[in-house]
Amino acid sequence: MKRMQKTTRSNFITYGIVIVGTILFQALDSAGMLSSLLSGLLVPLCYFMILAVSLNLVVGILGELSLGHAGFMCVGAFASAFFSKIMDGAMPDGLRFFLALLIGAALAGVFGILIGIPVLRLRGDYLAIVTLAFGEIIRNVVNVFYIGRDANGFHFSMKDAMSLNMDGGEIIVNGPQGINGTPRDSTFLISAILLLITLIIVLNLINSRSGRAIMSIRDDRIAAESIGINITKFKLMAFAISSALAGVAGVLYAHNLSTLAASSSNFGYNMSISILVFVVLGGIGSIRGSMIAAFILTLLPELLRSLSDYRMLIYAIVLIIMMLVNWSTSGRYMKEKIADWFRGLRKSGTKGVS
Amino acid sequence: MALLEVKNLGISFGGLRALNGFEVKIEKGQLYGLIGPNGAGKTTVFNLLTGVYKPTEGIIRLDGEDITRKKSIDISKAGIARTFQNIRLFKQLSVLDNVKAGLHNHYTYSTLEGILRLPRYFKVEKQMNERAMELLKVFGLENEADYKASNLPYGKQRKLEIARALATDPKLLLLDEPAAGMNPNETEELMDTIKFVQKQFQMTILLIEHDMKLVSGICEEVTVLNFGEILCQGETKTVLNDPQVIVAYLGE
Repeated sequence: MKRMQKTTRSNFITYGIVIVGTILFQALDSAGMLSSLLSGLLVPLCYFMILAVSLNLVVGILGELSLGHAGFMCVGAFASAFFSKIMDGAMPDGLRFFLALLIGAALAGVFGILIGIPVLRLRGDYLAIVTLAFGEIIRNVVNVFYIGRDANGFHFSMKDAMSLNMDGGEIIVNGPQGINGTPRDSTFLISAILLLITLIIVLNLINSRSGRAIMSIRDDRIAAESIGINITKFKLMAFAISSALAGVAGVLYAHNLSTLAASSSNFGYNMSISILVFVVLGGIGSIRGSMIAAFILTLLPELLRSLSDYRMLIYAIVLIIMMLVNWSTSGRYMKEKIADWFRGLRKSGTKGVS
Repeated sequence: MALLEVKNLGISFGGLRALNGFEVKIEKGQLYGLIGPNGAGKTTVFNLLTGVYKPTEGIIRLDGEDITRKKSIDISKAGIARTFQNIRLFKQLSVLDNVKAGLHNHYTYSTLEGILRLPRYFKVEKQMNERAMELLKVFGLENEADYKASNLPYGKQRKLEIARALATDPKLLLLDEPAAGMNPNETEELMDTIKFVQKQFQMTILLIEHDMKLVSGICEEVTVLNFGEILCQGETKTVLNDPQVIVAYLGE
């Protein structure tokens, strides 16, 4: 009972951080106190945090290393952008974005299951290699899609725009140039709410029967099997939920800018690794930690832009400091000491009141 | 009818005959011992019974139901639970959550109910907590419920593993060297616990053990394995005094 209250309290602290942060940034933004650079960064901050939290579900909670997270983001981005593009003007903006969101998440989730079925039979390094490959394959396949629409309906080709045999109309997906003119529906408020929903889904899942099953598979697969836990089912479930949430991040990405193209810089393995860096530095298995790491490490390079040459140097130093604080013994000891100090402060505070 | 009935069980790994013609009949409520020198095939028997290995030939019946070649998960549902020779706890989970994981198939709500925190989630979680605490109390672990399982001392980890196995509400409990690595005092305590479990839960128990004091102290019947074959079978006292058994254990 006591334990349940403890985790519940910890969860609500996480939600509280997000809500307070949202109100703060929203207020600063509407008061015009944020630079244009920073206010343009608000939506990316949210989707990077969603990506970090969702990847932590696979890496920290399921205990499997996945290097293809950007691939699922790519699926969500393109599926939703395609939908928004063809439905632009056909329905109210709010409803369209909501449906795009569902489609992006669902399709990314389906891809998660399809890829998960063969991939989750592998373990350790092999799983990492195969997910890395799948991430790249998804991006490259999307790059050869040509889809156009004219009076006769849809045309599809995997060769080039000419072979669509279009009769007027417009090209919706144009190979490496991707999708142009996606409606810009992603606002900071929507992104922050989606981040909050992601956190609620992930944290509630972890503290439930299914979450326990997933973590028991992580800790000891053979023992989990011996007490009657369906390994395949819960592995796939964690992988699919994580993919679907990455799809949500992809939807936000696609609707944040009006052009969407799958290049190696946005959906490539560099992106997958960046997300993994958030997870590892924030603490594997610590949802709040990965969220905060994503926030700091996304914001930092942009804030340091004025330092030009020294930017990446400072970024690297921060990476090392975060690693030390989170993972070394003395760093943990220091963190505990600080936590104790805070606890003592609070206790003496309540004593003073009573 | 016997609770567990094994007939002509055998398995080969390539050319290696690990177990040959294994037979055993265990009545409900019995405490049965399986002993033998290292490499005799004792753990292989457990792995066959729990579906980790598939037998080359033979039949396994639990309570009349044929469970030969079934998957581990189905055998768990049919009612066999086990502990492991090298402790396999869910190390990162709390002691309470380890037992609650064992309750997985008996107290259910869907994943969606868990994520949305519907009333059923709170109701079932409460029942799970109560049941898990009950089991922890049996093993004197109730004060450590919030500890991480890996932080428990060795003897208590063994007990927690038994508690987790019992949480699956089995008909037959398999204990693989429960006293391994324990000092005489801990072994004594464990003997009492095992006897208590047998009585309290009317549990049928099959255990592998090297500690002869423990075997002769609590087992009603034993089977002795040597080189994958049954050497001797029957009442504990007669078997342990059998000259063949003494030779197998101590040499000539």
